[in-house]
Amino acid sequence: MDLNLNPQETKFRGQLRAWLQSNVPEDWETHRLRDSMEDRFQFLRAWQKRVYEAGWAGVAWPQEYGGRGASLMEQVIFTQEMAAAGAPPLANILGLALIGPTIIAYGTEAQKKRYLANILSGDEIWCQGFSEPNAGSDLAGLRTEALLDGDHFVVNGQKVWNSYGWAADWCALVTRSDPGSEKHKGLTYLLVDMRSPGVEVRPLRQLTGESEFTELFFRDVRVPAENVLGAVGDGWNVALGTLAHERATLGVSAQIAMRRQLDRLVELSREMRRNSHRASDEPLVRQKLAQAYVENEILRLNQMRAVSKIIQTGAPGPEGSILKIGWSEANQRFQATAQEILGPYAQLTGASDLAIDNGAWSYSYLRARGNTIEAGTSEIQRNIIGQHVLGLPKSY
Amino acid sequence: MHFGLSETQQAIKNSARQFLTAECPMAGVRRLMETETAFDNALWSKFAEQGWTGIIFPEKYDGFGLGMVEMAAALEEMGRALVPGPFISTVLLAGTLLDHAGSDEQKRKYLGAICRGEARSTLALLERSASWDFEAVQLEATVQLETTPGAGYLLNGEKLFVDDAGIADFLLVAARIEGELALLLVPGDAPGLEKMATPGVDLTRRLYRVSFTNVAAPVESLLARGERARQALEAALDVACLGLVAEMVGGIQSLLDLTVAYAKTRKQFGRPIGAFQAVQHQCADMLVLLEGSRSALYYAAWALGENDPAARTAISVAKAYASEAYRDAGNKSIQVQGGMGFTWENDAHLYYRRAKASEIAFGDAAYHRERIAQSLIDGQPSRNQVSVAAD
Repeated sequence: MDLNLNPQETKFRGQLRAWLQSNVPEDWETHRLRDSMEDRFQFLRAWQKRVYEAGWAGVAWPQEYGGRGASLMEQVIFTQEMAAAGAPPLANILGLALIGPTIIAYGTEAQKKRYLANILSGDEIWCQGFSEPNAGSDLAGLRTEALLDGDHFVVNGQKVWNSYGWAADWCALVTRSDPGSEKHKGLTYLLVDMRSPGVEVRPLRQLTGESEFTELFFRDVRVPAENVLGAVGDGWNVALGTLAHERATLGVSAQIAMRRQLDRLVELSREMRRNSHRASDEPLVRQKLAQAYVENEILRLNQMRAVSKIIQTGAPGPEGSILKIGWSEANQRFQATAQEILGPYAQLTGASDLAIDNGAWSYSYLRARGNTIEAGTSEIQRNIIGQHVLGLPKSY
Repeated sequence: MHFGLSETQQAIKNSARQFLTAECPMAGVRRLMETETAFDNALWSKFAEQGWTGIIFPEKYDGFGLGMVEMAAALEEMGRALVPGPFISTVLLAGTLLDHAGSDEQKRKYLGAICRGEARSTLALLERSASWDFEAVQLEATVQLETTPGAGYLLNGEKLFVDDAGIADFLLVAARIEGELALLLVPGDAPGLEKMATPGVDLTRRLYRVSFTNVAAPVESLLARGERARQALEAALDVACLGLVAEMVGGIQSLLDLTVAYAKTRKQFGRPIGAFQAVQHQCADMLVLLEGSRSALYYAAWALGENDPAARTAISVAKAYASEAYRDAGNKSIQVQGGMGFTWENDAHLYYRRAKASEIAFGDAAYHRERIAQSLIDGQPSRNQVSVAAD
């Protein structure tokens, strides 16, 4: 056990802090709360470009592909310091957290050269084409077909729940390339240009009222065979690599975001009144705030342990499901706590001038409902733990 | 950064597991729990040979000089094996109190005896109020006139929930001298001292009511008064709480292991019950509870070993979480094992009982959440709360 930073990590943090101090845009809060989703995305894309040009994007990615060539620990420090400085997130989140690492693991030299630097600069935004209307939790039941025709695959099918599909230049698409195949066999992972003829993007309006996600339709879309990531027919393993990164990494930013909201909620609880005294003096409120803190610490520490394990073993394991269950369920409990503490004001949306923090609390309450569904439902995560970590017999 | 046991720390844990598998199997635990004191002197001597009875104390007093992480690793294994007896009360509570508040002479005599495995001890803290708040200490130690033979203090009052008092060679007593908090050392056979067992659900550890009727304590029996006594008590409760959480983590591990083994072999509807998701998900939740408790434990152990100002809150986080996690894991284990889980022969209830006693000891989840609230809401924020790694 040694949780101290080494001299190199301390130096990295010092330089990053100095850079953030003079570069974090001061008007981010205004953009965050007032911009449309599309305008906000353009703002974040410009911010990512600045981060990239200063050499801070892809901290742990190899230098020859535009990364910084530093350690995974320094990557984690980057995420923490960005949050601590109140910096905006980077726009190309799926490219950075999921698809880039999968290309690093499975890509050819030419693919790495072609795609990685553009992910880091934000010049090419990525989305993921995994789920289908009839292949959700049972992802291996996917039907989008990719048939080889000369030196191209011809893609036909439908994908759904694509975050950033409306902004994406590229899509990491899992297809069935062997028409007679079943389940995990006969799948191929393709890198698809979203401007190819036959790609249609439709916004998917979600419970919060926004359209973060899209539906994607592919009609005779021709994808060059050189755009296969990994081997033809080995798409399931490549996809599992992406999903493992998804489970292992999304939690870091979720934990930090929750912690910042908790600090704000503590502040608000000192102003709210309950039973003729300050809410922060009410024993039940204190218990709930402390419980939120406990759960957040458990997330932080589980995450730290997981990072340490990845540094030692090289890859995220099925234990990532513990992290996914952790942050998603903790956030739902936390948002429910926030609603209770804020009382009648909690329900007001940004459209009301009486709303606290421009309606951020009612929004995050609704948005958190999706947490235990996106990136693999809690039920699927528990199946993975049962069958792949604890070694219980398969149930399907 | 390395969040995990070093090779040496892992070796300590492995050898503890090996040792306990051989020397303290479940049959031995069951035999000891039927005895009056749940204490086995021969086993204790072997603990001493392993260096456990002096694990965190200076070599000067025959201790082993290891750190908090090493202590936690060994205690995790003790909790896994459900080791009965007075380890936490003697070594972690009394040992730490002596280490922090004792004079050199007191340490040589009493801490040395604990380290060498020659003496058992405990802390008498709680009273009728059952409050962990030191303000609740009422037991009166009256100053005797110096002309009185054997001048010192006369103790009158009562202590409750005293672990292992029945086998304690000496007790460390939290008392009040002229209104001030104080710590006194009282021999287990002092005249006027009466120890009555108060049987609880945990069959592997004994609780006592200890009454003091004009118990004479000489001047040299005083360890500390005032602020020094308070700090020693806080330090001892921190260390003991950490050790207890380590045992709790080991207990959850054991519950998970025995439950998964059962789910893989027990068949219903023609299949192992572990093939049913309703059962798998209970097991998965146990793993979630286990790993969360374990992360909190080793972070707190590391922080305490580094004298990090965040250590006390980290201990409260670990105790608050593990208190509920161990109980929940016990519930799930018994539920998965069905009727078999509800039998006396099944080991699950022994852990379920230990979980209840552990949840209560040194403050339950609600107590520790209030401690956290005091730092989170009322000021004194501990540093390093946003970052994943320590500063």
